[in-house]
Amino acid sequence: MSEPPISRGFRARKRPDGPANRVPPGQHLVNDFPVLSAGPTPHTSLEGWSFTLEDGPSPLAEWTWAQFAALPQTTLKVDIHCVTTWSKLDTNWQGVTIDTLLEAAGLGEPPELFTMIHCDGGYTTNVPVEDLLDGKAMVATHFEGRPLAPEHGGPARLLVPHLYFWKSAKWARSLQFIAQDEPGFWESLGYHIYGDPWREQRYAGD
Amino acid sequence: MSEHADTNAPLDGNSAAGLLHELFAVDLTSANVTCVGCGTVAEIGRERAYGGAMGVVLRCVHCEAVVLRMVRTPAGCWLEMLGARNLFVPAVEG
Amino acid sequence: MPATEAVAAPRRLEWLTATVTDVIVETPRVKSLVQDVPRWPGHRPGQHVDVRLTGEDGYQAQRSYSIASAPEAAHLTLTVERIEEGEVSPYLAGEVRPGDQFELRGPIGGYFVWTVAAQGPLFLIAGGSGIVPLMAMLRHRAAASVAVPARLIYSSRTFGDIIYRDELDRLMARRDGLEIVHTLTRSQPAGWSGGMRRIDREMVASAGFPSSQRPRTFICGPTQLVEYAASTLQELGHEASLIKTERFGPTGGVG
Repeated sequence: MSEPPISRGFRARKRPDGPANRVPPGQHLVNDFPVLSAGPTPHTSLEGWSFTLEDGPSPLAEWTWAQFAALPQTTLKVDIHCVTTWSKLDTNWQGVTIDTLLEAAGLGEPPELFTMIHCDGGYTTNVPVEDLLDGKAMVATHFEGRPLAPEHGGPARLLVPHLYFWKSAKWARSLQFIAQDEPGFWESLGYHIYGDPWREQRYAGD
Repeated sequence: MSEHADTNAPLDGNSAAGLLHELFAVDLTSANVTCVGCGTVAEIGRERAYGGAMGVVLRCVHCEAVVLRMVRTPAGCWLEMLGARNLFVPAVEG
Repeated sequence: MPATEAVAAPRRLEWLTATVTDVIVETPRVKSLVQDVPRWPGHRPGQHVDVRLTGEDGYQAQRSYSIASAPEAAHLTLTVERIEEGEVSPYLAGEVRPGDQFELRGPIGGYFVWTVAAQGPLFLIAGGSGIVPLMAMLRHRAAASVAVPARLIYSSRTFGDIIYRDELDRLMARRDGLEIVHTLTRSQPAGWSGGMRRIDREMVASAGFPSSQRPRTFICGPTQLVEYAASTLQELGHEASLIKTERFGPTGGVG
């Protein structure tokens, strides 16, 4: 292959760099909140919505929207990192932590080591249990003090901010504990099984 | 644009032409694909394209089921067509 | 050998070097880049190319752009609208001057394509820079000197935003069966005789062809306009299989 011709004067768009300890390698900061979806935005009514914990095929607990809203609420101020290279600092979320869900379900210990998150529209993503505990993750229903907009995953999305944002599945409806780690929607098509932005685990093999 | 515009609106399957061309030597946007879910036959260029910068998620124009997914990574291209019963590539026009 | 056969044969895409020979200012935000592309295999009207830019530091960025020129033209031409927050289009529609080089590969896509062999009538609906692939069809139609009945509805924001305005006037002045309706959605100059609103059902019905004539219909532009025009035509009885669309996304482009 010959060298590509240089396009005179072309350079990467000047981008705000941000502090190195908060912007992972290969990422740049944005102020807006880009929308990226693998399918159409579902419009699930709050009356028809529920959130379920499952152990394999067996349901462990289920909450209606009203019951979910009555669970102890947590707020998180976190940075989020999309694998398509944008990062957004200091985003404010409100929802129910996975710790709280386990407690409300009467589970002292999570039943398995891995999870699969299932969503309206058929989207799935896999996350190890330990990445969901100790306040590291929540099922978020509010963003910046307002109910989460449908295109951003409302009524509720998973929030696992220390992993690439495709793991923070939109329109989440159930959290299934599984014994063996399995790839979800993007993980089965070339994206990294774990997705740590600080180790730049974008694609399988990274 | 209206402030009520759906910011998650899909593009046409035609937008996947470049990525498909990396795997297939013939143009596939004019090829007919049959949806496993509902049996609808449509040209790939007519299907709904989602996935943005992560990859191509082609959904059936009728039932929105996934018919084809494609991702380009630095190591190569990934293709999955579990949602397509068959693909018909028409003969070249004269 | 006709161009249609040459480009339809199985062929791997390869990156070619394009050298800009001329830059045409179409509107304040839109420029056409006329290029010399050795080994260009030819194209059909409606197809696009991938453009890849490489900076001095090796940084690369890639986008897709519709081809504006007819297959019969001596040079390949792309028309690019500057998207302010973009990375590639501000360079192509801002900084590029004759002699500059970049890479392109194509042609890409065989779905959103019309040639005179497909006959007509030909019904085109464009919003903003969505005119570009449709212009390749109109230029091809003119170059082939066929009188296939053709109609274009073209929606722009203001008079100054109309891309190819003079050339569209000249094409219509040939009186060879092409009718063009402009509509301006944001402001209109004094004495404006064209449309003064977004494309609507009445406009589509009165400026287009009846469904009984089975027009080959191509719609290109922002998602909302394309959705509206395509669904309106189906309500008016047009067969879905004869309507082909190309959505540019919510803001009309991504870079």
